[in-house]
Amino acid sequence: MALVQSIPIRRVSAKPGQIFAISLIALFLAIFLIIPAGTVIYTAFTEKGTGALTIVNFVDFFNTDLFRRSFFNSVYVSGMSVVWASAIALPLAVLTTRFDFRGSLIIQTLGFVPLIMPPFVGAVAMQLLFGRNGTVNLILNDWFGIRIPFMEGLNGVIFVQSLHYFPFILINLSTSLRNIDRSMEEAAQNLGSSGVRLFRRIVFPLAMPGYLAGASLVFVKVFDDLATPLLLNVKDMLAPQAYLRVTSVGLTDPMGYVISVILIAVSIFAMWLSAVAMRGKDYSTTQRGGGGLSRRKLSRGESVIAYGVVGLILLLVLSPHIGLLLLSLATVWSFSPLPDAYTVAHYGRVFGESSLYIKNTLIYASLAGLIDVVIGGAIAYLVLRTKVVGRRWLDWAATAALAIPGVVLGIGYLRTFYGITLPDGTPLATLWVMVVLALSIRRLPYALRACYAALQQVSESLEEAAENLGATKQRTIRRIVLPLMTGGLLAGFVTSFSTAAVELSATLMLIQSNSDAPIAYGLYVFMQSPAGRGPGAALGVIAVIMVALCTLLSHYVIERRQKALGMTK
Amino acid sequence: MTVNINSAALAVSPAKAISISDVNLYYGALHVLKDINLEIQPGEFFAFLGPSGCGKTTLLRLIAGFNNARQGKVVIGGQDVLDMPAWKRDIGMVFQSYALWPHMTVAANVAFGLEERRLPRAEVERRVQAALELVGLKHLADRRPSQLSGGQQQRVALARTIAIEPKVLLLDEPLSNLDAKMRVEVRRELRDLQQRLKLTTIFVTHDQEEANTVCDRIAVFNEGRIQQVGTPMGLYEKPANLFVANFLGTANILDGTVKGSGTQRTFEVAGAGSIPIPAGASVPPGAKLVFRPQYATLGTLEPGAVALTGTIAHREFLGATVRYGVQVGTATVLIDAPFHSGDSLLETGATTTLGLKPSSALWLAE
Repeated sequence: MALVQSIPIRRVSAKPGQIFAISLIALFLAIFLIIPAGTVIYTAFTEKGTGALTIVNFVDFFNTDLFRRSFFNSVYVSGMSVVWASAIALPLAVLTTRFDFRGSLIIQTLGFVPLIMPPFVGAVAMQLLFGRNGTVNLILNDWFGIRIPFMEGLNGVIFVQSLHYFPFILINLSTSLRNIDRSMEEAAQNLGSSGVRLFRRIVFPLAMPGYLAGASLVFVKVFDDLATPLLLNVKDMLAPQAYLRVTSVGLTDPMGYVISVILIAVSIFAMWLSAVAMRGKDYSTTQRGGGGLSRRKLSRGESVIAYGVVGLILLLVLSPHIGLLLLSLATVWSFSPLPDAYTVAHYGRVFGESSLYIKNTLIYASLAGLIDVVIGGAIAYLVLRTKVVGRRWLDWAATAALAIPGVVLGIGYLRTFYGITLPDGTPLATLWVMVVLALSIRRLPYALRACYAALQQVSESLEEAAENLGATKQRTIRRIVLPLMTGGLLAGFVTSFSTAAVELSATLMLIQSNSDAPIAYGLYVFMQSPAGRGPGAALGVIAVIMVALCTLLSHYVIERRQKALGMTK
Repeated sequence: MTVNINSAALAVSPAKAISISDVNLYYGALHVLKDINLEIQPGEFFAFLGPSGCGKTTLLRLIAGFNNARQGKVVIGGQDVLDMPAWKRDIGMVFQSYALWPHMTVAANVAFGLEERRLPRAEVERRVQAALELVGLKHLADRRPSQLSGGQQQRVALARTIAIEPKVLLLDEPLSNLDAKMRVEVRRELRDLQQRLKLTTIFVTHDQEEANTVCDRIAVFNEGRIQQVGTPMGLYEKPANLFVANFLGTANILDGTVKGSGTQRTFEVAGAGSIPIPAGASVPPGAKLVFRPQYATLGTLEPGAVALTGTIAHREFLGATVRYGVQVGTATVLIDAPFHSGDSLLETGATTTLGLKPSSALWLAE
């Protein structure tokens, strides 16, 4: 055994390339996520002027009537939005997954449509359809002499948000329902359970994790949204208050930072709550087979009711789009159920004057998507395929971006980079590149998930086989890993691209000149004035079509690739 | 399939020996490979055999360069490879899942390793053709892996590996994804191919029949340790311990105590009788009596055999033989009796004598 001591002990050491990659990504995340967010939090806890640590700003916040009201309004609006979004999503999810329902595919597809348009764009159209003097209320008034305050104050925000964000619940809930193994249901039936009791005791608990994931996402999204309340002229909510304080009172006012911290805290709290509720409830792995729930046939009477309900919901869901399309083609539309006359002049004006917005959007969203896929892909590789120290930290840091609302990131950038000026005197914070970086940070968590999924699809033995035949790590990545991840990476790019193309909250803080503005910003500016609504709507329609086309195209490309590789079964 | 060998097409280098010494491997605190020492001869078809989790695949991956040993040496053809990355080792490995790249055609898969070696295009082309011809898949060169059957995929994986003319060939459970009939066919082909290429080959399997039929020698693994190395027949006839005896073939094991000393030792099985231990037989401490089902007789005694008493517990008629379960003391042993037309069978519950020659018994410990 004396021999053993003379045998050297080998250590697994990280490759220089891996250390370089991890340092670069860490630096990026530190500068563009952690330091700005940290600055915001730090400022909230320091006294204005002296810089001493204090909680007096928070005491001030809760002693101010307006802020207290804003806080409760935000919580109320988010909560009610979850309730209404659930009311829309639940019947659609159950009908399409548990019943033999023709048009399931249409519902699942149309369910995504709201997501490719910023909610505030729909808000204007909704006002024309459901407002005090909108189409619906004019008709109701004519026929029954009543008006329903759909769009009054907070109701309007709740209405718009629940119509916009219900797909998050629909998607998650449908996936959960579809993942429930048929045998789960059959075992319950075998033991004497059926109907509503079966649904309540077996199906619903099994689908609960998916529902909660969707619901918490809706809550956080609504809580953080800035543009919709602003456009509906609702100012006493938290995100608008943060924006108004920073833009009107100035960057030194502590209240904007306090509100930011509260926004972050509520986001984290909501995500934590759903994580706690789901702990130990990831059922998907314990169920085998995955045949999906058994589908039941609807009787004739049930069919009529079901199609009626679904039709009504879809009409409601598509109303912002229909309204927007009408608005974009209308000459004058007020105090009448439908526009007085139609024109395509708005489109002409938009293409003439505002093609800059479209160009900027394409550039910003493409760059943001590209950054996300590169960084997301690198993090996924480092986490799943290497043992470099600190790789988990990268994952956590990138995911932490979920908890930072766009308005907070915008404030953070302004605070952190405003002092730094370029040689020609413009502050770094207002450079268009900053918008790209903010968008990429905001979308990184989603792109990262897509990259993880893409890499997990590549069996590790495929890489080992390449190394075994003489390919180095780098060559293996280039010839095996990347080609096989292409579909997944493309999906990640499109997710980032299409959501970045319509995001406004961070952009609103960072854009200073019209020439740098993307579509979302242009829309916001147009929608401020009654005269700008027509061109604004036209721009909105263009944005929707642009994003939809990109999404469809990528679906087509991904599917063709998968078919070519024989990955689909 | 008839293997159409045109060995001139692929150069055959002199077979390499593999020498593994004092290899230890840990996963964190878990000691996965314990003091592995092994000499594999040039051109040998060698098997790593053992239950799942015994370390056989871990050792194979270590040789290929996918695990890092904390201690030890792996010398292949006179060169220590443990400090080399996987891509410099020139060790061909066929993966259990085949690991064919779905985005490349069959020909591109086979060409990969040659391209990585920066061989001239003509040479790559020539060797791809030769390797595909060797496994009889030349006509499928332009297909995608997803368009092939399991057996064909396996042959592509093999062609891809031998195209680089590796120093040694590693096969990780190459038959496990094939159906029973294909398995018998492919294992003969593998043996045939290995013989013609004279390639030192390691074959990992948990199936003793595969190891016995294909390989020259076998190393039996359990719990990270090599239990015994030997030829299939040697391991069956002279297992070194109870694990090997049990893992290769069926073994009957009887508990008992050694009485007497020197040449007068006997082994007493409580409630059944005693057997004299032959002079010179090794009896390790805590040893148990081990014998194969076909080495004992029921009811009759061959010359030199001793008798133990037992009761028939169950009976299975297998055609050529009848397999009896016999209660001997507290244990149940299996006895295979050849069946001849007109034989009358023993009934369940009958008391019988079990005849065993001491020379065909072994005394083994854990």
